[in-house]
Amino acid sequence: MTITIDNIGRRFGNYPALNGVSLDLPEGEFVALLGPSGSGKTTLLRIIAGLEYAEQGHIAFGGQDVTDMPVQHRGIGFVFQQYALFRHMTVAKNIAFGLDVLPRKQRPPKAEIDKRIEELLELVQLPGLGNRYPSQLSGGQRQRVALARALARNPRILLLDEPVGALDAKVRRELRRALRQIHDRLGITSIFVTHDREEAFALADRVAILNLGKIEQFATPAEIERAPANAFVRDFITDEPEAERAAG
Amino acid sequence: MNRRDPLQAPRPVMIGLLLVAVAYLGVMLMLPLAAVFVEALRNGWEAAREAIVEPDALAAIRLTLTVAAISVPCNLVFGVASAWLIAKHDFRGKELLLTLIDLPFSVSPVVAGLIYILIYGAHGWFGPWLEAHGITVVFATPGIVMATIFVTFPFVTRELVPLMIAQGRAEEEAALSLGASGWQTFTRVTLPNIRWGLLYGVLLTNARAMGEFGAVSVVSGHIRGETNTMPLHVEVLYNEYNFVAAFSVAALLALLALVTLILKSYLEWHHRDALAASGH
Repeated sequence: MTITIDNIGRRFGNYPALNGVSLDLPEGEFVALLGPSGSGKTTLLRIIAGLEYAEQGHIAFGGQDVTDMPVQHRGIGFVFQQYALFRHMTVAKNIAFGLDVLPRKQRPPKAEIDKRIEELLELVQLPGLGNRYPSQLSGGQRQRVALARALARNPRILLLDEPVGALDAKVRRELRRALRQIHDRLGITSIFVTHDREEAFALADRVAILNLGKIEQFATPAEIERAPANAFVRDFITDEPEAERAAG
Repeated sequence: MNRRDPLQAPRPVMIGLLLVAVAYLGVMLMLPLAAVFVEALRNGWEAAREAIVEPDALAAIRLTLTVAAISVPCNLVFGVASAWLIAKHDFRGKELLLTLIDLPFSVSPVVAGLIYILIYGAHGWFGPWLEAHGITVVFATPGIVMATIFVTFPFVTRELVPLMIAQGRAEEEAALSLGASGWQTFTRVTLPNIRWGLLYGVLLTNARAMGEFGAVSVVSGHIRGETNTMPLHVEVLYNEYNFVAAFSVAALLALLALVTLILKSYLEWHHRDALAASGH
């Protein structure tokens, strides 16, 4: 599914979080929204999802305007930085949630849902953990469950908000690799938000660099490295990423 | 080697504090509670039983249960709705609403009772209109229920607001992104997450609703066998020097409160695995 972001604007009070942002994402691409904190990248992701509204501009999925469509009907999968798993449900129930809330006529039979849960647990490399509760899992495992849950209804678009941001360096690398593999296998158009240059460049087909609510450059990692669009981009990509510093 | 936990107070201090706590609880709580039961059984089980099955006492028990049965569900619904509104939404006047909900905690129950007389009494604002339409509020069950709702309505909200704020909106957002409607999100995610806090709030509400004296005393009119709740009936018996009967009804009231506490402990024990897993 292609995504068209057309002149999106949003203010919080007097502070412009997004200032006329436009992007065109082709089908099946894996795109990173990269920028320092306060650059508006998470706000943009949440507007694409329908969890925030845009004061101006339009969003279209596959040519269809979804600007005023509620989040439930957009057919997206969303992965939160802090997992946001349902703490009172087992892993299996968490993953099945999107299917369980379907109207009776569209809901698959129970056997099929169970099969789907197994499939997804297999996909995120957590087979056999369906009966655990989220509190019994590690951070990396929780985020894998959150990913499986977001994929259960076969979303047209996958949106990930700092998906590995809450994890330590080793788990981060493993999960990154898993994310890329899953993307390549399913071919869903995906957008992930990160403040980590290295992560964005390692993972994404193309990177959109945001600063103060504006896109500074949108290109492949190689292109950005070869020809940074301006002084901000040059500074931002040459700075040593903080994750590396933290990992020593 | 006898090393101790650096975060624990020294042993003599611990023992001292423990003794103070036990003595304090004993004098202020356990002793009076025990006295109630001792006084009730002073003339044996039969006398206590008679005091309770006597028609006026039965009427008081029935009224107390009726009042609780109406006011608790009302405050349950109102409490959940207001807590949800306050904890999960941003709007102007939120602080004002919270202060208003706290009002019954700061206003004397007697004042609360008087307000209802002033508004709905025979000489009150709506008194003549109500009388013309044959509706009695004051000195009747409706007034008692309203006074009880007034004094008990902060409990559920107060229990839930901090809990819901701590839980944040992330799980609700996740549910919506997975295609759940607003109602499905509320019933499948919000409510299950607050069920223990809600249970506790309801038990507190119930205990207070059955035990309320001040506000109910003002609006009740003390008509024996009609508008006397259990606490009021206890007072009437006590003023008539009928101590055994007074303490017998008081003991029953105390037992009702204990039953709700035992019920809560049982539920916590029965669901201990789910509780531990969900991190409450």
